[in-house]
Amino acid sequence: MSDSVSPTRRRTLIWLLRTSGTALFAALVYPVMAYLKPPKVTGDAVSSVRVGAIDDFTPASGTLFRFGNRPGILIRYEDGSFRAFSATCTHLDCTVQFKKDAGIIWCACHNGKYDLNGRNIDGPPPRPLDEFDVIEKGGEVFVTEA
Amino acid sequence: MRQWLNDRMDLDAVVSFAKKKTVPAHRHSVWYYFGGVTLFLFIIQVVSGILLLFYYRPGEDTAFESIRFLMSKVHFGWLIRSVHSWSANLMVLAAAVHMFSVYLTRAYRRPREITWVTGVLLFYLSLAFGFSGYLLPWNELAYFATKVGTDIAGSVPFVGGPIMELLRGGEQVSGATLSRFFGFHVALFPAIFTVLLAIHLLMVQRQGMSSPIGEEKNPKARSIPFFPNFFLRDVLLWLIVLNILAILAVFFPWELGVKADPFAAAPAGIVPEWYFLFMFQVLKLLPAHVLFLEGEVFGVLLFGTAMTLWIFIPFFDRQSQKGQRGRLFTIIGLAVIIFILFFTILGWVML
Repeated sequence: MSDSVSPTRRRTLIWLLRTSGTALFAALVYPVMAYLKPPKVTGDAVSSVRVGAIDDFTPASGTLFRFGNRPGILIRYEDGSFRAFSATCTHLDCTVQFKKDAGIIWCACHNGKYDLNGRNIDGPPPRPLDEFDVIEKGGEVFVTEA
Repeated sequence: MRQWLNDRMDLDAVVSFAKKKTVPAHRHSVWYYFGGVTLFLFIIQVVSGILLLFYYRPGEDTAFESIRFLMSKVHFGWLIRSVHSWSANLMVLAAAVHMFSVYLTRAYRRPREITWVTGVLLFYLSLAFGFSGYLLPWNELAYFATKVGTDIAGSVPFVGGPIMELLRGGEQVSGATLSRFFGFHVALFPAIFTVLLAIHLLMVQRQGMSSPIGEEKNPKARSIPFFPNFFLRDVLLWLIVLNILAILAVFFPWELGVKADPFAAAPAGIVPEWYFLFMFQVLKLLPAHVLFLEGEVFGVLLFGTAMTLWIFIPFFDRQSQKGQRGRLFTIIGLAVIIFILFFTILGWVML
């Protein structure tokens, strides 16, 4: 470029280059970022599931079931009543299990412990398990989003 | 033939460079071998990984089955897979030894900052290779390791949620996660790794080996020719490593385990690979709440910050930049090593 180019003109050209460069960059990055974000898959969201017949569950037991794409745990107490929780540990996402001998809900990954009401009582879990509503109808157990 | 190649590739320049290259000889010379060992194991990873690709079929319904087929029907399939898994572990170990020896001998100091930065990034990428490769057999351990690992990423304040979704390809660990991890493991990471490795090795060749502070000004400092003296020792050690690898792969073949079931509870006694064990142990021991943060968030921020600062160590260590010996960074380095060893052993004992 010759020296006769005025500073203003140079500044304008640089500004144009930078702006269009940024715009080009954004135009390339945005679609890629949007592409990487997975779309919502229909069928993932479930509001109610049938877990089984009441008689399938012995008192003082815990059973894992599918709630859409998430695992849930159905607890049947000694007195025959039910409560259901999300089976996803509130600590780091592992799936919990019913431990009959200790009478707790237990996460094997980091030794997190919950009582049978889903309250975090020991180990790293920071909050209780999320709870579902249990409906008993026609001899069957249904679980719905609380 | 040689003349024909020489006219086009200037081989003489390479030969004369190799002739001039020397390696310092002193009481810390043993540490010079670990970079080469890491490179050797990386080459084994590339070769065995490509071989696995010929039979592996990613996908929720096919991944586990294809590896079972590989291990039970394909000639030497068990061996190739076992070599790939064991070599990955040995590579992380060799890279860790290499990194800490470079740290403690201050080989990162001016003008080798770029070599350090690329080296640390290569190390982190090796861990990422380990993490992404672990899921590919789609077994129970891999499934929960990935749930925990991606949930840890998700616990980072503000950006964590989107990052977790980006890694998982959805809200849960699923077949979509497997596809993504496969892409990371065989395409994205190798591409980045290759570029970083090229820079790393180019810097080492251009700058030569670093001598520890003190040695470089020692008038009696000795050195040996790289070719053939040091090179032959390198090759001998590679042979020994290959033997260790063969023994491990043959006598302790890598298990396949149980196929992942997203609706089964995590199995008792589940632990991550040994190189993540210290983080696992710390996260396990942290209480549910530290200050105003959840325990895991605190832990993740702690490790994240430490790992980021580690990349920039050469720029903090002003004393070594001036060629002076200083205690502070030796103490920091030893503290990091002791911390890692302590919690690794603790994790082992408390299994």
